[in-house]
Order: sequence, then C-alpha cells, then structure tokens
Amino acid sequence: MAGTIPAPAESAASVIAIRGATRHYGTVRAVDGVDLDVARGEVFGLIGHNGAGKSTLFKMMLGLIPVTAGDIRIDGAPVAGSGFRAVRRKIGYLPENVVLYDNLTGLETLQFFARLKGAPAQECIPAMERVGLTQAAKRRVREYSKGMRQRLGFAQALLGKPQILFLDEPTTGLDPEAIREFYVILRGLKAEGVTMILTSHILAEIQERVDRLAIMAAGKLQAVGTVQALREQMDLPLWFHVRLAPEDFEQVRTVLGNLPVTAVEAREDHVAVQCRRESKMLVMQALASLGAKVLDLHVHEPSLEDVFFGFSD
Amino acid sequence: MELRQIGTLAGKEFWDRIRNRWVLAVALVFTVFALVIAYFGGAQQGAVGFRSIEFTIASLVSLVIYLIPLIALVLGFDSIVGERERGSLDLLLSMPITRFELLLGKYLGLAAALTFSTVAGFGLVAVVLSAQLNLTALFHYFGFMASSVLLGLAFLSLAVMVSVFASDRTRASGLAIALWFFFVLVFDLLLLGALVVTGGKYGGEIFPYLLLLNPADVFRILNIFALDDVRTLYGLATVFPRALAEPWLLGLVMFAWIAAPLGVAAWRFRR
Repeated sequence: MAGTIPAPAESAASVIAIRGATRHYGTVRAVDGVDLDVARGEVFGLIGHNGAGKSTLFKMMLGLIPVTAGDIRIDGAPVAGSGFRAVRRKIGYLPENVVLYDNLTGLETLQFFARLKGAPAQECIPAMERVGLTQAAKRRVREYSKGMRQRLGFAQALLGKPQILFLDEPTTGLDPEAIREFYVILRGLKAEGVTMILTSHILAEIQERVDRLAIMAAGKLQAVGTVQALREQMDLPLWFHVRLAPEDFEQVRTVLGNLPVTAVEAREDHVAVQCRRESKMLVMQALASLGAKVLDLHVHEPSLEDVFFGFSD
Repeated sequence: MELRQIGTLAGKEFWDRIRNRWVLAVALVFTVFALVIAYFGGAQQGAVGFRSIEFTIASLVSLVIYLIPLIALVLGFDSIVGERERGSLDLLLSMPITRFELLLGKYLGLAAALTFSTVAGFGLVAVVLSAQLNLTALFHYFGFMASSVLLGLAFLSLAVMVSVFASDRTRASGLAIALWFFFVLVFDLLLLGALVVTGGKYGGEIFPYLLLLNPADVFRILNIFALDDVRTLYGLATVFPRALAEPWLLGLVMFAWIAAPLGVAAWRFRR
C-alpha cells in the first residue's frame, strides 16, 4: 500500500504502547482487544461514534479506568504501576466537556493545577496568554463562557510542559476563530516534539491535522493509519466527473466501456465515471486520448467520512 | 506520599470554606448557642446568668452531640461523589497524585475547616467567660472543645466514606442523614431497648463497652466522666466501669473512629 506509514513495531519510539487492552462492564465489552502504538512526536486522532468506546479507551490510557485484560504503557511505564506518577508529570489531559471550579478565578485554577502537577507557578500567566485569556485571568470561572472554560482547560493541560497531550474533543464549544487558534497552538506544540492524541467527531477538522488516525467502533479499532492509507485500505471507488458537450456523451461511453470501470452515468452537463483505485490511471489515459472533447475534469476521492462510515457500519 | 500535593488539595478545600463563609457561619452558630446556653441554660430553674462550668458543659454536650455530627456529615458527604457527579474527578485523578493522596487531602482540608470553626466558635465563648472561670474550669472547657473537634472529625470521616461509596449525591446525602439518625438517635435507644427486654439479666456488664461503638457516645462519656459534678448530675457514677472513664483510652477510641472509616474509604476508592 503506497503512502502508508506503518504503525511502528514495539520500540523505544512508541510513547503509547497498547497490547490487547480490554475493558468489560458485565457482558458488555466497552473496549475489546485494542492494540495500538503511537510514536514520539506523532499527532494521533481517534474517531468514532458516541458509545464506540473511545472515551473509555482514552481513560484507560490515562489509568483512570483499569483494564480487564491487556497492557497499556506510557513512556514504557504501565499505567497502573507505581512508576506511573513520574509518567503523569509528563502528561497533559483535557477531558471532554472539562469541568473546573466555578468559585476560583482563571489564574487560581491554573495555580491549583500547577501545584498538583509540580509545575512552576510562573508558567500560569504565560499559559493564560497562550490561550488568549489574559484579560479574564482575575475573573471567576463562574463568569466564563463555555469556550473560555474550554480554553482554560487547555491551558491547564499545557502546564508542566507535557511531552504527551491527551485531548478529548478539544474544540467543543469553540467558535471557528478559536478553533483556528487552537490548531495554531497545536502546530507549535508539534514542532516542539510533543506527542498528541486527540478525539473529535468533526472528521473534516481532524483529517487535516493528524499524522495518523484510528477509527473505533464497537470497542475495537476498525482501522489505523494515515487518511490516505485508510482510503486505500477501504478500497472505496473514486469518481471522475467529466464535462463534455452533450453530443460527445455516446463516444465517451464507448471509449470507457472497454475499461474496468464500475459505473458510467450521464448527468445533466457531465458524465460521471466510477472506478476502482487501481484503474485510476487507465481511465485518466483514456480520457486524455479524447483530447479537446473533455471540457473539464474533476476527480472525487472518497472523503474521510466515507471511510469512517464504511468502517463503522 | 507527596505532602506537597496533599497540602495543595487540603488548602483548596479549606480556603473554599473560608471564602464561601462556611467557617464563619458555623463558628457563629457555635458561639451564639454556647453563649445562650451559658447564660440562659438555667432559665427553667428560674435563674438567668452564668452558673457553673460543669452545668454549662453538660448543657453544651447535649447540644453539640446533635449539631456537630450533622454539620460534619453535611460538610463531607459531597467531597468525592460531588467531584464525580460534576465531572471534575477524572481531571484530578489524571494528576500525578495517588487516589489515597486525593482522599487524604480532601479530608484534611475539610477537617481543618471544621476544626477551625469549632475552635473559633467555642473559643470566643471561652474568652467571654474567662473572667468567671478559674484554671480548672478553663481546663475542663478546653477538654470539651478538644473532644468536640474529635467528634466532628469522626463524623467527617464517616461522611467521606459515604461519599466514596455512594453512586450519586442524592444517595450520599440520604446515607449521611441515615448515619446521623442511627448514631445520634437510634443507637442508644436500641441499647436501652435491649437492656429492658433482657431485664438486664444477660450481658449487662458488656453494655457500657458497646457504647464505644458509637462516636457520639464516646464523646458524651469523655465529657461527663471528666467532671465529677457532672457525673453525679447524670447519676451515672456507680453504673459505669471506671476503666472506661480514662480520657486517654476514650481519646484513642475516638482516633480509631477517625481512622477506620477513612481507611475503608481509601480501600474502596483505590478500586
């Protein structure tokens, strides 16, 4: 598979190493035999419908929910082991719909978490600046909007200069401008070599910003890879939209009829041709042979949504 | 164990109670009640004004035995289950702290708030009364204050245990109130009932020891047996085994009542 970045085998480069992680609730397998490696410095996305098990897996990685079976290591240390305190100092966590303390001011909130993390108090004000909350630092969280709380939660996750960031639906409640700013910060962190694992239900948003992603459904990782690799793995057909003069429609049908295409449909002002990925170049060449008859050409690759729904159905 | 982290957690709980004026309100309640009892406690007998420290303490004990367990349970029932229900527990647990440190930090912070209000509230009364108290009386009064603090800490420990076990806040508050009813109202009645039913024939001598199974009773014994006059006042001097009247032994039992529920809570919370 061209373009696939294979998941690294268990190696020193794996910051997160999950082997057969399983969590049962009675007879329900919320997480079922998950294997996953995330490399140092990688930005990894986890997507899935509600109830797919991604939040449970997230909490298992943080040691908040114990595994029924299997093994999860962060930076080589088992999440449930006694050495995990040292690992936790390297971790930043932004929970989904973060809940902070209404009676504290934004700055006091950060000071509280900085002390718990053992991070220097001087980090708090720069962290407020980084997420654009300097003006609101002395206001109580009670008066914060949902977006401001989310930003404060993110600032909290950045305390102690974490090497691994766990971000659960980090852009919930943010307006488009704040989402853009959020990903600017994320790019900066990636440049610093921070490993990030984030979940999102907005696939288009995550698609552009992760190195690799995993699609989760029914407690299992259905697929892991780059967006490109997942598309290829699913082998979803692609569409050519070919604009022609209506009188040329029949000739094109004849030319394409000899090729391994899966569908040819005459639309209002164009012909839509569906084919498998391996036939893509053959179809391209055939269309090129038509010369000036082709007025315009548009290739529609399957989107991540198509891949996502393909896996989770 | 990391004392810094425990201190941070405890500090937050304590300052939260200072800021929302919980400490002030409880201290005021104690001061007002204690003053009213000291000056008007004898009104039924037709006398108004401070009578004696023994009389004041005996009256205060009857009040405190209801009030402090209730205040402590209300203070603590929310401590863990509240964080869980609001959704802030996961973030706390993702910090580099152990679950035991979290539990202990929360307990110590709430304990500091409760201790501070108790000492401030009753201490203010001691200052007001100090002109009328000699050294022995002051000593007895401080004994009463110290035992009140222990009583509060024991019920706070029970409250934190409830908070770990309960699945939601509503259940936690129900359990806390049930514990209050049991220890403050029902327990003595049950013992009394058992004594009456058996006509005191069987096991009468172990009944005084059964009182140790209730921190509220331990508190009562601590205060009553410290004072000869009060003991006579209650007519208990003859029926109670002398061995149980040792303040250090009762104090030890009280510490067990603080440690045991907290230990159970820690065991449960670890899983």
